[in-house]
Amino acid sequence: MKILVCISHVPDTTSKINFTDGDTKFDTNGVQFVINPNDEFGLTRAMWFKEKQGASVDVVNVGGPETEPTLRKALAIGADAAIRVNTEATDGFAVAKQLAKVVNDGAYDLVIAGRESIDYNGGMVPGMLASLIEANFVANCIGLEIEGTRAKVVREIDGGKETVSTSLPLVIGGQKGLVEESDLRIPNMRGIMMARKKPLNVIEPLDPSAETNATSFEKPAPKGAVKLVDADNVDELVSLLHNEAKVI
Amino acid sequence: MSVIVYTESEKGKFKKAAFEVVSYAKAVADQMGTSVTAVTINAENVESLGNYGASKVLSVNNANLDTFNAKQYASVIEQATKQDGGNVVIVSSSADSKYLAPLLAVGLEAGYVPNVVEAPSSVSPFTVKRTAFTNKAFANTEISTDVKLVGLSNNSFGLVESGGSTSVEEFTPSIPDSGVSVESVDKATDKVSIADAEIVVSGGRGLKGPENWALVEDLAEVLGAATACSKPVSDLGWRSHSEHVGQTGKPVASNLYIAIGISGAIQHLAGINSSKVKVVINTDPEAPFFKAADYGIVGDAFEVIPKLTEKLKAFKAQNA
Repeated sequence: MKILVCISHVPDTTSKINFTDGDTKFDTNGVQFVINPNDEFGLTRAMWFKEKQGASVDVVNVGGPETEPTLRKALAIGADAAIRVNTEATDGFAVAKQLAKVVNDGAYDLVIAGRESIDYNGGMVPGMLASLIEANFVANCIGLEIEGTRAKVVREIDGGKETVSTSLPLVIGGQKGLVEESDLRIPNMRGIMMARKKPLNVIEPLDPSAETNATSFEKPAPKGAVKLVDADNVDELVSLLHNEAKVI
Repeated sequence: MSVIVYTESEKGKFKKAAFEVVSYAKAVADQMGTSVTAVTINAENVESLGNYGASKVLSVNNANLDTFNAKQYASVIEQATKQDGGNVVIVSSSADSKYLAPLLAVGLEAGYVPNVVEAPSSVSPFTVKRTAFTNKAFANTEISTDVKLVGLSNNSFGLVESGGSTSVEEFTPSIPDSGVSVESVDKATDKVSIADAEIVVSGGRGLKGPENWALVEDLAEVLGAATACSKPVSDLGWRSHSEHVGQTGKPVASNLYIAIGISGAIQHLAGINSSKVKVVINTDPEAPFFKAADYGIVGDAFEVIPKLTEKLKAFKAQNA
């Protein structure tokens, strides 16, 4: 089984978000970038398929050279090879088209992407990719088993979960549950040394036009101070929620 | 030309988000000088959409569509859009709509913008405001394709009754192979889901252990609220992962969010920031959540919450 894991290069969850150039660009100054958490759960699950079922695991990112340390980290965790499509990841549709070419050229059986990236939270790339390559698709995956060409997938739904059966080729949007937080792997020195020797292939992009374009950014209006209510006077809270906030 | 809106139902009944997306579609249609066509799948009482501004309903009734399937549902909406000549398509932010929307976008070759929080600031160029960086910011985003697909963030626009009537047409699309078949569903039917809830009551490590969750559940019951928890609580296995809200968990966009014993890490606040009114109850006055909340009580949850639950019970009885 050939597995491709899509890796987004995103600001660490603790990052302060700021913009530059008249609020048209994300300010990367002082921001630490990491493997998108949803992708990391998927990568860890892929390692299980590699170790238990003999799968090969490649990782891919659509982005500039600045994303390579993130791909090297994925190699240090245990992926066999990395691919970087050398173009800025702007619109989700454009990214999906780039990935579709990578998947078709590499004849991958299973593509594991994250449910969404934590920067733009679009959650659209996995579904669009599946549609473009005419593969089956399951979103919000919290469990994945493969046997031959059959797949059993657990999907989180509003208020519960459902178990579905489908077949390869398959694209999933994964999240925590594929593996648990405690299963995540911190690269060790040997992994890091080996990652330096593993292939990281840079390929030139197709030229699809972006369908959407973020023209400007803004931050939420600063919040007014919290209204504190005395712990012995919860009546006041009920009254504020009813009369002032009008939410009960 | 029309604005197409997919109105979700469950066992025939419209979800609340269905009326919200129609209200939103009506606002978009007014800006564009056109009308709203709603697409329903196995829904009852479809005339009720007229009240929120749908002037036409394409009603699909097919037993093969009783179980949600993203590929089949996306195909139905795609066919309806093409038949009606729709140039803007609106869907909600439910798990199912977010699942089908990317497939629909490819089928319609539509630029897709999810998590939209306001009516378009302009329809030419078509520009909408969406959340980005997990609610830490907004991005004004232009869609340049002929057909545009917008995912509306739940609870961001509200319901607007415009009191019109609607014409209903039966629509019989072709149904593609499903590719994915559902084997079993595990869903608590008696509980409000976090996505649908108007009020969410959430507990953190301050509650000291899973045995104390009756505090959260009792308060939630009085309010008809969904229950949720912070990441450490789900990581410790005190509560199921499906209740974890925050940047790597579920997003919350409720009208009221009550945080009990949650300190308010930046990742947690990002995930719940879209909620309109936030209340925090925590023993530590320095907890970062107090900076993000509208109302707060510095106090011990084990004393404050039972009192609050009692007071709310009395309030509900009085205002019933």
